[in-house]
Amino acid sequence: MNTLVLRMHAAEISAAIETLLAKGGRMQMVYAHPLPEHLEICYLASLGAGKPLELWCVDAPSAGMPSMAAHVPLLGWYEREMHDLSGVDLLNHPEPYPLLIERRADEAAPLSGIRCNSRFPAPHVLPDVSGEDVQELDFGPVRADVFESVQFRFFYIGERILRYQPRLFLKHRGMEKRFQGLAPEAAMHLAERISGVGALAHGLAYCQAIEDAAGSEVPPRARAWRSLLAELERVYNHLHYLGHLADTTTLKVGQAEGRLLEERAKQLNAKVCGHRLLMNVLSPGGLRRDLHLPVHFLRELSKLEADSARYIAQLERTSSFLDRLHTTGPLPRKVAFDQGATGPVERASGLDRDLRRDHPYAAYAGYPPRVARHADGDAYARYRVRCAELLDSMRLVRQLAQTLPSGDVRSACLAPARGVGLGWAESPRGSVYYVAHLDHAGRLSRVKIKSPSYSNWRVFPYTVHDSNMMDYAINEASFGSTVAGCDR
Amino acid sequence: MALWTFFGLARGEATTDWPKPHAGSAEQDAVIGLPRISGKDCAPDCAACIAACPTEALRRGDPEAGLGGNARIALDYGRCIGCQRCVDVCPAGTLSASHEWALGTRRREDLVFDPHARHAAERLQQAMARVFKHSLHIRHVDAGSCNGCESELQALLNPFYNLHRLGIFFTASPRAADLLLVTGTVTAPMQDALLAAWEAMPEPKWVMAMGACAISGAMAREGYASGAGAHGVVPVDVYLPGCPPTPAAIMQALLLLLERAPQRLHGGRIHE
Repeated sequence: MNTLVLRMHAAEISAAIETLLAKGGRMQMVYAHPLPEHLEICYLASLGAGKPLELWCVDAPSAGMPSMAAHVPLLGWYEREMHDLSGVDLLNHPEPYPLLIERRADEAAPLSGIRCNSRFPAPHVLPDVSGEDVQELDFGPVRADVFESVQFRFFYIGERILRYQPRLFLKHRGMEKRFQGLAPEAAMHLAERISGVGALAHGLAYCQAIEDAAGSEVPPRARAWRSLLAELERVYNHLHYLGHLADTTTLKVGQAEGRLLEERAKQLNAKVCGHRLLMNVLSPGGLRRDLHLPVHFLRELSKLEADSARYIAQLERTSSFLDRLHTTGPLPRKVAFDQGATGPVERASGLDRDLRRDHPYAAYAGYPPRVARHADGDAYARYRVRCAELLDSMRLVRQLAQTLPSGDVRSACLAPARGVGLGWAESPRGSVYYVAHLDHAGRLSRVKIKSPSYSNWRVFPYTVHDSNMMDYAINEASFGSTVAGCDR
Repeated sequence: MALWTFFGLARGEATTDWPKPHAGSAEQDAVIGLPRISGKDCAPDCAACIAACPTEALRRGDPEAGLGGNARIALDYGRCIGCQRCVDVCPAGTLSASHEWALGTRRREDLVFDPHARHAAERLQQAMARVFKHSLHIRHVDAGSCNGCESELQALLNPFYNLHRLGIFFTASPRAADLLLVTGTVTAPMQDALLAAWEAMPEPKWVMAMGACAISGAMAREGYASGAGAHGVVPVDVYLPGCPPTPAAIMQALLLLLERAPQRLHGGRIHE
């Protein structure tokens, strides 16, 4: 087991969190697990690098669950989601509004079927912002160019943004519900399509959750391939990120170069596994089929690496690009921690965490990444961290490709009835966690997903308040979050 | 800035000639496309592929039709996400992996392979107004996708595909758009936005449903939050299957709409 499952009483949670934080640990998420007889609430806690994660399970008290959001702000969204989807009553929540869906009080909650008298009656209203020169702008959900749907509301005077509120979850597809009742192996395609550009990391975390429940060992060749594919995912995502960042700073040739390099990385993906976004390769227990490195793989990788390094060097020489990033959208370390920032965003604010190093999976124990960090927390720091990760990923891909072990790529993986498993992966955007609960027949009864874009969208508005309109698009691009991963 | 000008010039030409005949497959020949049903007999009493399909794209063909087709299964490319699970479990080789991805169609029925259905004669297409034959402006609306389709749409604008060379452009305003390109399952909150974009477009206008989600909802079909694709919300003129369709497939479907490329899939069968 990757994780310790601890049974607790609802009244003990507050003290347990206190102890965890004092020891330097961190809460990851909370979710409700509807069982036939009652509703269980599960908290996922990290104790730190190298230590097993803990899943604290409590029975939901009939009087309602005390909210922990005032104490651990990052839990706020998870609690509101529990309310919306599972009908959990929350006491003293600091933001008592629906988050994902607005449900009539008598309507059954989609995950649990519970009809509770909603304690969150009011739709979210913004604080009253008024004044003679204050302007209000609703932007989206359909935005210019090819973008995912999300709506933003700005209150601003001239260039200065007073208040900013993203309206997310318009794309909520109810994906977690779709896992319910499926055999573990049959739900693979769902995990891969939570966030299409994070298909491999999501699929990998899901596979590892099932393998954790089954107690199965993945063969070394499959482990090496999984790391190799995960790094290829990081490569094409980070190249996309650089091209998009160049676009927002109106650096047209820089944008074209980034997109061209991303295209070459995607074509390499297709040659390796038959899919440009690395879908349909993983399976609980290993890989679906054995893969072989295409001819000239290392040569093409070296060319891509050299061109990427040249591209980054060129960006570093472009003052019009750098000027727009320096001091834009600063995220202080404490806010990053409290609100739950993850991935390159938290590492750019000085937090030193990377699941590949702290809780190695796949082949990372033998192929540790060089974790990049930056102290400044601004858009430039986020960009620098991604540049370093891009080059390091290519180094890892080469190492893995040169030393691929031979042997099987799939072992038996049968998750037991009433089992539970936890899996994780460091995606290009940060940490992904999957918890899988199985029912009496060995089918999935609840799958909870922690996706990095959900974490980072929660943090993002803290960098927008009191900033400039003209920096907004650059700041948003410097986070590099997806909407699909957040909305699910 | 001069640095970048020289950088760009030194880079030379990066654009593929696709879909010109000599251009090959636009570097997508490695992409595993949607499965094909061959002429081989199914194994007796076998329904392994139907059980394995996560999106109900496969079903039993209607044996009552009595046309004696040897494959007993019907396949709807509009629901298929190309996961290849049916190919993995097929014991007889009736279903096989293919490298087919340029499969846009004008009619929803053309995405369905049914061995017993009569092969409908191809209807004459209403010719598009001459003015749209050469240039097209697209308004894209993400109505609840996984971002896979957006990733491949954005790729159309990279120097390799360079969509502009075909006279096809993305536009910010629906008022300047000829084509509404829909991705995603059409979730309830996105329905109004999608309709508003469609209503804001001037006549004549067209709609393309891109990807299995926008055609049928695919693996996110219905449920408490998501819809069953664009059909029924806005009138769809071109269907492009795939999960996600590759950039070259998107280009082929756009050229199909403009009658600059032929439709290859009729009644679920690929015609060259």
